[in-house]
Amino acid sequence: MKGSKARSVLPGFGLSLGFTIFYLSIMVLIPLAGVFIKTTGLTWDQFWNTVTNARVLASYRVSLITALSAALANLVFGLLVAWVLVRYRFPGKKLVDSLVDLPFALPTAVAGIALTAIYAPNGWIGSLLVPLGIKVAFTPIGITIALIFIGLPFVVRTVQPVLQELDNETEEAAVMLGAYRWVTFRKVILPQLIPSLLTGFALAFARGIGEYGSVVFISGNMPLKTEITPLLIMTKLEQYDYAGATAIALVMLTASFLMLFIINYFQWRSNRRATTE
Amino acid sequence: MSNLTKKTMFSFRSFLVLAVFAIVLAGCGSTNGSGKATNNDAGKATNETAGNEAAGNTSKETQKPAVELLNVSYDPTRELYEAYNTLFADYWKKEKNQAVTIKQSHGGSGKQSRAVIDGLKADVVTLALGYDIDAIAEKGFINTDWQKKFESNSSPYTSTIVLLVRKGNPKGIKDWNDLIKDDVEVITPNPKTSGGARWNYLAAWGYALKQNGGDENKAKEFVAELFKHVPVLDSGARGSTTTFVERGLGDVLLAWENEAYLSVNELGKDKFEIVYPSISILAEPPVAVVDKVTDSKGTREVAEAYLNYLYTEEAQKLVAENYYRPQLASVAEQFKDRFPQLDLLTIDKDFGSWKEAQSKHFADGGVFDQIYTPGS
Amino acid sequence: MAGAITTHLSDKASIRPKHTNESPVVRVVLTVVALLFLGLIVVLPLASVFVEAFKRGADVYVASITDPDAVSALKLTLLTALIAVPLNTIFGVAAAWAISKFRFRGKNLLITLIDLPFAVSPVIAGLIFILMFGAQGWFGPWLDDHNIQIMFALPGIVLATTFVTFPFVARELLPLMQAQGIQEEEAAASLGAKGWQIFWRVTLPNIKWGLLYGIILCNARAMGEFGAVSVVSGHIRGETNTLPLHVEILYNEYQFSASFAVASLLVLLAVLTLVVKTFVEWKTAQREPDGERSGEQHAH
Repeated sequence: MKGSKARSVLPGFGLSLGFTIFYLSIMVLIPLAGVFIKTTGLTWDQFWNTVTNARVLASYRVSLITALSAALANLVFGLLVAWVLVRYRFPGKKLVDSLVDLPFALPTAVAGIALTAIYAPNGWIGSLLVPLGIKVAFTPIGITIALIFIGLPFVVRTVQPVLQELDNETEEAAVMLGAYRWVTFRKVILPQLIPSLLTGFALAFARGIGEYGSVVFISGNMPLKTEITPLLIMTKLEQYDYAGATAIALVMLTASFLMLFIINYFQWRSNRRATTE
Repeated sequence: MSNLTKKTMFSFRSFLVLAVFAIVLAGCGSTNGSGKATNNDAGKATNETAGNEAAGNTSKETQKPAVELLNVSYDPTRELYEAYNTLFADYWKKEKNQAVTIKQSHGGSGKQSRAVIDGLKADVVTLALGYDIDAIAEKGFINTDWQKKFESNSSPYTSTIVLLVRKGNPKGIKDWNDLIKDDVEVITPNPKTSGGARWNYLAAWGYALKQNGGDENKAKEFVAELFKHVPVLDSGARGSTTTFVERGLGDVLLAWENEAYLSVNELGKDKFEIVYPSISILAEPPVAVVDKVTDSKGTREVAEAYLNYLYTEEAQKLVAENYYRPQLASVAEQFKDRFPQLDLLTIDKDFGSWKEAQSKHFADGGVFDQIYTPGS
Repeated sequence: MAGAITTHLSDKASIRPKHTNESPVVRVVLTVVALLFLGLIVVLPLASVFVEAFKRGADVYVASITDPDAVSALKLTLLTALIAVPLNTIFGVAAAWAISKFRFRGKNLLITLIDLPFAVSPVIAGLIFILMFGAQGWFGPWLDDHNIQIMFALPGIVLATTFVTFPFVARELLPLMQAQGIQEEEAAASLGAKGWQIFWRVTLPNIKWGLLYGIILCNARAMGEFGAVSVVSGHIRGETNTLPLHVEILYNEYQFSASFAVASLLVLLAVLTLVVKTFVEWKTAQREPDGERSGEQHAH
């Protein structure tokens, strides 16, 4: 916010920032530093061999591809849901709006069990898909569906407020100039939504890469095919290989951090655009 | 407001907030600490001199306050220990006039053993395989000679690996080599995360080795082929059972004998049947007292009695009723119809030791990993 | 959630002139597709939870949720949320105040670090506390000597839960308070209001609904956390099992109906918080008739 000055008349800077940094340090930074320090127990070669092992590489691929597809699906459908919720009126809208938050609240394990039950070959939907030759549970598609469930609120909830606050005037102007609805959407509305869409996409993506609880039930955990990276961390732990587990964790942490940095860059850019307008 | 007073005011406030916060955190820690302490008031005097068990025992015998044990076990023993805990509590009450409550924790064997290593205060561990107890012993929680502490290699009950198939055995599965027939799907958990799955794997390996006159390459080919028939690798034994039973996946489930019986009896007598292969493995789920914890809590006497009592006739009957193979000959005789005799491999004779089997087959880069290495 | 989640659906945006709206056919199609998607991804799993829960009748349902182990799991879950949520709320307010009302170097880095727990895999979240406080960890031996149990006990569960829900309140308040700017606070200060007075009288009324929504989300996530808590709990029945862990245990005991019954309890808790949220929004809408929200209007 450009209004704030370096020397503000407002009180509480020392207290609030001090507490923020103190709490952030003891809750997040120091514990996460443990991962780095634990990894230093490995030599560079050991580290490199651990994190580039064929199965580990395959798990990155599975995690990345499923998280990416899920985030893409959420990008499209999340925008659609947000659009419908903001712009249209239909009975039960409030209820539908609340439903969007439920994936936050439902324990991931329950989500995993419930989704597996539905999409397994003998489940409600799975049994309908078997005759078509489509397998969902225990394939990457199943993982993707679990991740769509987990990531949905991120996209909807980042796009919704922006859509809500969108100026009508530019739209009106576009109509006045004779633009079709679709063209108006593409040329006028969509560009304004892009920063928030990207933010939502990136958050859903980052969350999806790390998700464990809901995925292990539906993935089938086949090495090289449906084995996700968090599961490999678990596997290393069960073999008492702490250094190996933290090595993979370190790779994931770095990836998460980069993701977030990109998110915040978009956020910052969209904020700047908002204030310069 | 002058700048000076403002500054001091806020630094004081920051201090206050930080202090409150610190107290809250410390509170979480200490409430629990004290909660734990009340549980073992008896052992309090001995807490300071951990290891001095004799003193701990005498003080307990005179006072007889209620005592609490934590049994950290693996997944399939829930039903067994639920029944056994009541049996033992009654016995202990009668014998020593002391109330004992046993808390249970269940999970995958490896996960449970790791929890104990990381500080879960288990008095006794009852896990799926010796390797997991060895891992705890390695960190100094259990004396390394634990396997000699109790009878029969510290395994009060044994089990084996059987094949659970769908009713009528539509795929005609009789033995291990039927598992690699073209249209057969096999369900087993992941040997890297599940203790039970390691027994499955070793039984299959042992079978192939015998069939091929000890040719390890042939054995490797066999297990590689076998795991090509596995569509889902759950992380634990119970997960696999659910996949097979509830989700209807696969034609055959490799399972503990006791799990197989449980599935048949609990989940559908008319849906599944058990097939005994020509050869299997003697699975010995071992038990041990966690020396470090019992010494500091002063619960050694009751913990040892808890495990020893497993070998008595009443307990062995319970064991057999829960489909584990009893060690006691008289009880085994009684239940001999339930547990058919078959050719059983053992870890020590056929695989050297758990350490050897682990490093050869299941460690990173071991045979199991090679099966799943691209290009092999 | 690096965005304002504070969405209170006002009708403002949905009542629009014909020429800036789609044709009725398109509207119906889009609505139906959106609802179908939600149905398939969100409603169906939830419905299956309840169907499974009542499969063996209401008796089994009641018996499973009144089972002593379930009750103690419920208590532990509520207690955990009761500690973790206020901690993160205090933090959220402090962080949002510092970031939105002042300028300082490294602000972007700070925001990224606050977000970090969102993107950290729950498995890692549990692992880091084991590395710190586990018997083999840095403080393990010291804690053991002083007979303090952090892992596999309430403090560990609280720590893991706090970590996972760390950014919720801060993330909710940040965009809101950034949008509000500092004019009102400055005005109050120039009129001689003191620090806490400014906060209680000026800032808090402006952010209260956003704050509440943040708390609600934080609470929902705190009660439902599974992965991280599973690593640090030790799974002792009746002692360190939270509701989500109890669900897993029952499931592994082949008590599928009981397992889903307990799961439905968690869904109900979530629904309850959402009902509170909707009620709160409805109250707000009543108090501010044109749907004007104190916050966002000041942004421009």
